[in-house]
Parts: sequence; C-alpha cells; structure tokens
Amino acid sequence: MDFLSYFINGLGLGSVYAIIALGYTMVYGIAKMLNFAHGDVIMVGAYVAFFAVNSFHLPLIPSTLLSVLICAILGVVVEGLAYRPLRSASSLSVLITAIGVSYFLQNAAQLLWSSAPKVFPSVFPSGGIALGDSTVSYLTIITIAVCVLVMACLTAFINKTSTGRAMRACSEDKGAAALMGINVNRIISITFAIGSGLAAVAAILLSATYPSISPTLGAMPGIKAFTAAVFGGIGSIPGAFLGGLLLGVIEIFAKAYLSTQLSDAIVFAVLIVVLLIKPSGLLGKVRREKV
Amino acid sequence: MEEKHKPVLEVKELGIDFGGLTAVNDFSMQIFDKEIVGLIGPNGAGKTTVFNMLTKVYKPSRGSIFFLGEDTAGKSVVEMSHAGIARTFQNIRLFNQLSVLDNVKTGFHDRVKYSNLSAVFRTPSFRKKEREIEEGSLELLKIFRLDTEAENLAKNLPYGAQRRLEIARALATDPKLLLLDEPAAGMNPQETEELMDMIRLTRDHFGIAILLIEHDMKLVMGICERITVLNYGMMLSEGTPDEIQADPQVIKAYLGE
Repeated sequence: MDFLSYFINGLGLGSVYAIIALGYTMVYGIAKMLNFAHGDVIMVGAYVAFFAVNSFHLPLIPSTLLSVLICAILGVVVEGLAYRPLRSASSLSVLITAIGVSYFLQNAAQLLWSSAPKVFPSVFPSGGIALGDSTVSYLTIITIAVCVLVMACLTAFINKTSTGRAMRACSEDKGAAALMGINVNRIISITFAIGSGLAAVAAILLSATYPSISPTLGAMPGIKAFTAAVFGGIGSIPGAFLGGLLLGVIEIFAKAYLSTQLSDAIVFAVLIVVLLIKPSGLLGKVRREKV
Repeated sequence: MEEKHKPVLEVKELGIDFGGLTAVNDFSMQIFDKEIVGLIGPNGAGKTTVFNMLTKVYKPSRGSIFFLGEDTAGKSVVEMSHAGIARTFQNIRLFNQLSVLDNVKTGFHDRVKYSNLSAVFRTPSFRKKEREIEEGSLELLKIFRLDTEAENLAKNLPYGAQRRLEIARALATDPKLLLLDEPAAGMNPQETEELMDMIRLTRDHFGIAILLIEHDMKLVMGICERITVLNYGMMLSEGTPDEIQADPQVIKAYLGE
C-alpha cells in the first residue's frame, strides 16, 4: 500500500503547488506578465496567519480569512504601484520589476519579523487514516479537498459570472475589451486579488506541513508552482491544476523510489522533457506569432 | 418644441499627427439621430484613424468631439463606451475562445452589474441579473440570426457570421452611435445584400445613429443618407449619395485624372 500512500501524499503536495500555480497562470493569462513576487506573497500570508493564531489567538478559519484578505490587498497594491505604470513597457522591464518586488518583500519581512525562523502553530487536527502499514494525514486530505474546492469555485467564477467573462475577454484582446466598456485595469486588479488570496490559502496549508516559517519561505514553492504552471501550459487554469498535481506526485515518487537529494533535479528534468515535446505545456494553447 | 435639432455627434476641426506626419487634419462632421452616414475614401485616407479618435483609442492632436452635446475631451476608451459609442473592426476582433453567447454577454459587463460577492454566494440578485444578461444577449443573437450558434466558439463561425456577431456584441453595450468599420469586407454580393437589410434594421430597431466605413459603393450608396469623403486625411466632399456620385473631385480622387 506504500504506492497508494505515496500517490496521495503526492496529490497533497501537488494541491499546494496547484493553488499557487493558479495565481501565476491567471496573472499571466490576463496581464501577460510573470509575477515573480507571487512566491513572496505566500510568505506574507504565512506570517499573517502566524500572528493571527499566535498573537491574536484567532481560530483557523478567521485566521485564514484575514490572511486571504491581507494578501489580496497586497496583490492589488503591488500591481497598482509597481506593475500598472509599466503596462505599456516591454515585458522584460516588468519581469525585472517583479524580481525587485520579490526582494523588497523578502527584505521588508526580515526587517519586520527578523530572519530567524518561527514555528507555525499546529492548527489542523493531527493524526490520519491508516492505509495498510502507512498513514495519510488528515492535513493531506484537507489540502486535496481545499484544492478541488478552490478549482471548482474558480472555474465557476470564470465561466459563469460577468467578471469572469470580462477576464476571459481581457486575456484575449484588451483593446477590444476596453471598447466593449470593460475597465481593463479593474479586471487586472481583481485577478491579482484572487491570485494573491489563493497564495494565502496555499501559505497556510504549506506552513502546516512544513511548520518553520522564514522570510524566504516563498522562494522554493514559488519556483515549483511556476514550473507547474508552465508544465500544464501557462495561462490555462485547468493546466495549472493538472501541472501542480503531476509535479507533486512526480516529486514524491522521485523522493520515495529514486533519490531524496535528486528529487528536485528529477522534477525539473521531467519539465524539460515535456517542454521539448510540447513547448506550450500540457494544456497550453499553441499561439502562432502574427507576422 | 426644440428650436434646433441637436446632433448625436459633432466633430469640429479634428486632427492628429503621428510624429511629423499629419494623418487627419481639419475634419468636421455632424451625425444626427437615427442617421446612417458613410465615411469613404481611398485606402490610407485616414478613415479608421477617425474611428480610433472617436473611440479615444488615439488622442486627437487638435479639434474637439462633442457626443450627445457633451465635450469628450479627456475621456478614456472605456468612458466613451459607457457614453454610448460602440464599434466593430476592419479585421474582426472577436473574443475567439469565448462562445458566441459569451461574446455578446461581455457587452453587458458595464450595463448590468452585480457585486462579485453576490456571485460567489449566488444570491437572488445575481441570478436575476445573469438571467437579464442571458435574455438580452439571446435576443440580440436572434436578431442577427446567430441564436442557433450560441454555444459555439466564436472562432468556429463562418466569416459572414463573425461580422454579424461583432455588430451584435457592439450593440450589447447599448450605444447611441454605432461605428462600423468595413462591415461588408470579404462578403459576397448576396451576403452584402443581407447586411444592408441588417444595418437598416439595426437603425430602426435600436433607434441609433450609424457611421460606417465601406469600400463597397453599392452598399454605401444604397443605405447611407449622407456621405463624407476623406482623401489624404482631409475632407474632400460631403453630401447625399447623389451629390457625392456627381462630384468631380470625388471621381478624380477615386479614378485618378
């Protein structure tokens, strides 16, 4: 039964990647930029939840909501101050700015909360379900359930609501969308709010799994989730979901059956192979450059 | 009663420069309620540039645009859409990955509003507003004979149907003035004939003014009540179809010496 428990643990890890990857892919799909500061929003989300639980003694749900709210505001503020003025600049300038924002957030966190790691309180029920001689923790099951719920809500929002339609319209042709009366800047703000809010959800699930939080905690999951988004086809929401889950499963299997040290290398090697065969990612759309 | 019939659109001495190049200069026109006006001229005369200024995609360098009696200086593209100017494009710009129905629904984005929170909780107000959008969109699709294609992706429509969908989508924003940029481009004579009926129907059914750019002279002379001719960014002539057809300057611009 080891195989099954590895698989479920892989899905758990992959669910966290998927939730983070949704933020990357939505922002890329609509604002056409890679928001490399996304990983650091996870870090802020983790700290907010940490203080909400430890200092204000809030229960899990209100702490999560507070963290989501603050990250959503952070996302909108970052977009408004750092990215919006560069809307018509080259994508390279925006990319460099995003890296700058990333370092700014990390250093601000060090200044505010020191670089010494803090121990995230255990907020989820401990224990788990026995599967033969191994167990799958409740946290893993909760993580997978949250990811599926997030994915379902997001898909419904994108497909069934006026704002969702406007997002899809902006993703295709911002000029035409504006001429239809859609306020493109507002849609981009909403996209950042949703992506950053999801980062806070991921932050709490991640910190519950790896309870040591520090100002650089967002870097690695950020890169992995970005990889997952590219893997699934950046800009595609189902792609981010699929890419995240696959990446998590591959990582856990690599750790279990091949090598713990080389697991990250194996994950990225798989990415390279996929991109060689299908450059637009698993579910990505082939976009021909117009000449 | 009013002593004077107020124009829907009044353009005064409009001009725009790109770098050192003057693309349009000293362009003036008026469009009245429920009028169909044609904007014609040889390729590169600046017709689409005029559309881009009217919708504020380009900021005019000189002159003014009054829409429904209000100066539009400083307004953005979105504000012009809200004010009531809608357009179609010379090279069709539909949202290809969206369904035919969703394309039209985007036009309602700023007309029928509900909060995102009410959407998340699927409140009765959300359901009611979404139903309103759905019904309005289906009605438009029916008028343009696209209702059977509602669930198809826009990119899979045949060419003529894509042109009709663009008009339907523009009308979804509830405009007072509709700008059509070469609506008959690429259509066969029979499709053009149908399009002419559709443009007249649009004007009558929605009670709006229409300004159209077109190279198909049969269409222009057939449905436009007045025509403005543009050549090298300057106004060459203005008048009824009969006057324009008889104007030696226009004939010269089109046929050469």
